[in-house]
Amino acid sequence: MWNTVFPYILSGISVGGQYALIAIGYTMVYGILRLINFAHGDVFMVAGIIMVYMAASGVPLWLCIPLVLVLTALIGFVIERVAYKPLRSAPRMSAMISAIGVSYTLQNLVLYITGGLNQIYPTIPWISDSVTIFGATTKRVTIVTPFLTILLVVALVLLINHTKIGMAMRAVSRDFETSQLMGIKINSVISMTFVIGTFLAGVASILYFTNYTTVIQTSGAMPGLKAFVAAVFGGIGSIPGAVVGAFIIGIAENIIKGLDIILFKAGIIPGPVGLATFSDAFTFALLIIILAVKPTGLFGEKITDKV
Amino acid sequence: MSNSISSKKKIDSATIISAVIVACIYVAVFIAEQFIPATSMLFTVLKKGATYALVAVSMNLCNGFTGIFSLGQAGFMLIGAYVYGIFTIPQAARMDVYQYYNGGLVQFTLPWFIAMILGGLAAAFFAFLIGMPVLRLKSDYLAIATLGFAEIIRALFQWDKLGPVTNGSNMLRLFPAFNDFNIKGANGQVAVYLSTLVPLLIAGVCIGVIILLINSTFGRALKAIRDDEIAAEAMGIRLASHKRLAFCISSFFAGVGGAMLAMYQTTVQAKSFTTAMTYEILLIVVIGGIGSVTGSCISSFLFVAASEWWLRFLDQKQMIGNFEVPLLRNGFRLVVFSIIIMIVVLFFRQGIMGTKELPDLIRGWQRRGKGKEAQGK
Repeated sequence: MWNTVFPYILSGISVGGQYALIAIGYTMVYGILRLINFAHGDVFMVAGIIMVYMAASGVPLWLCIPLVLVLTALIGFVIERVAYKPLRSAPRMSAMISAIGVSYTLQNLVLYITGGLNQIYPTIPWISDSVTIFGATTKRVTIVTPFLTILLVVALVLLINHTKIGMAMRAVSRDFETSQLMGIKINSVISMTFVIGTFLAGVASILYFTNYTTVIQTSGAMPGLKAFVAAVFGGIGSIPGAVVGAFIIGIAENIIKGLDIILFKAGIIPGPVGLATFSDAFTFALLIIILAVKPTGLFGEKITDKV
Repeated sequence: MSNSISSKKKIDSATIISAVIVACIYVAVFIAEQFIPATSMLFTVLKKGATYALVAVSMNLCNGFTGIFSLGQAGFMLIGAYVYGIFTIPQAARMDVYQYYNGGLVQFTLPWFIAMILGGLAAAFFAFLIGMPVLRLKSDYLAIATLGFAEIIRALFQWDKLGPVTNGSNMLRLFPAFNDFNIKGANGQVAVYLSTLVPLLIAGVCIGVIILLINSTFGRALKAIRDDEIAAEAMGIRLASHKRLAFCISSFFAGVGGAMLAMYQTTVQAKSFTTAMTYEILLIVVIGGIGSVTGSCISSFLFVAASEWWLRFLDQKQMIGNFEVPLLRNGFRLVVFSIIIMIVVLFFRQGIMGTKELPDLIRGWQRRGKGKEAQGK
């Protein structure tokens, strides 16, 4: 039994870690701007494409990785300046529509550049190697991901709690206007938030695509949505919440992928029933349930609307 | 302001002129269809444009007039398209279509019209179900929940166990399509072309119903909810039931639109109803102006015409003399398109029409004309 379930849990933890890194970008941006950055998943995909093209043009891999991360952060910065900053005073819906527009643009741009073909992600040595752990064979990236995720999250929490820019971020997320009156440069704080968020998405893209090996213009959409669900699940605006939510969703999703085989081997069902079709749908069902039962998520703060 | 109040009481000339303009368009389409070859891109654009116009207006009813930011449109369209397809495949073709499921479970055929209404009703029913937990949520949570709902529906319709009804992940086909509206003569040749007019009429009737609804007491209550929920509630509008009804009606028409899309495409497959489709429709609504039915219609036709017809040349290599224009290759059209959309979203937030309708425009022209006359005196 354990031998059947374990590989799914393992890949669930790994995917969960990658979702967590994406989800932090969502949750931080939402915490400060009250905006669902629909383009975040596509930035994650673009990071993958940059890696593919950079490696293909002959840049050595050890140089590629930092360059990809820097470029991704830069893209995040530019997107915020071009597409969200002009709409700062507009209704919330406009900014959300702009985010959808950016997502559409990025996907079409990548479609144009790649010609809509699957791009093979370069093999990064060491983390692509196969390892065997408790009888399950997997790539080393699977084991590295959760540790790296935790490390980055701890670093981020330290940054937010113990540095000046972190304090500014907390202030801005609490009250936009008052913090402006206190002399906080809102624009640089928001830019910083986007840079951190997209940087982490860049890290996630390296880990994720090392595992899945191909990139196409739509490959950011699903991980993006799921990471967002994770952020909502954990309570949007809360970083530990996003991480916990992401791991829960990653594991649940992978177990459902293998549920047919698990149930079959346990003798509960006589044959496959195609439950794997619902691995994506489950995430969204979870979202609807959590929104209906506890709209603020696991760790979210309760907000009351003022008239 | 006084103008708009008085216009509610009696039908003014601007409304009549608008009606005449719309009627003229229909006559023009009918005549054009008889004389221009049916393969012309014009008709493709009109057919798909009519479909998108209906869906865009239905989305506008939800997002623009009620302030429910729903992103579930693709899911409701999927339901409409599937219900239409399932019930209209001719008996003789069922064995062929459901080849992996032994001819399928449904063993009767309904007329296209009834199946289309049924598709809408099914979509409305699902909207009612999903509306119960979801409509209590606020703007962006609601958006993401409805988006998730569309994804769940997409997975459900591809589920192998439902195969005898939905044909699993295989496509439904061989049901009546737009081309079957053409009336054939005795010799098998098409006598009267109606394949473009009928979809335009279906969309027109549905949009007409939506317009009547928007201008009714109910519609004004919806606008009050959009502008300020708490104030609207204080005025005695029941929030929950109004929102639920608006959501269901919008989904009904999205379902009918889905059935029309099925007729346009001649095949239906669940995997094509992605979030990207919802985004596309949302962008149409935004370009037309959130809160304007006329705007949604115009921008649907513009959007479809630009993406299917006018901008096609961007996808092919073009030579000017010996000079090959750079950048032009497959996919460039979509890039140009996205940039246009971003410009509209960022700089022309009102869209084409803002919240104005066709009669409002005509009234504006009339007033300007009168002003000039007065100056002349």
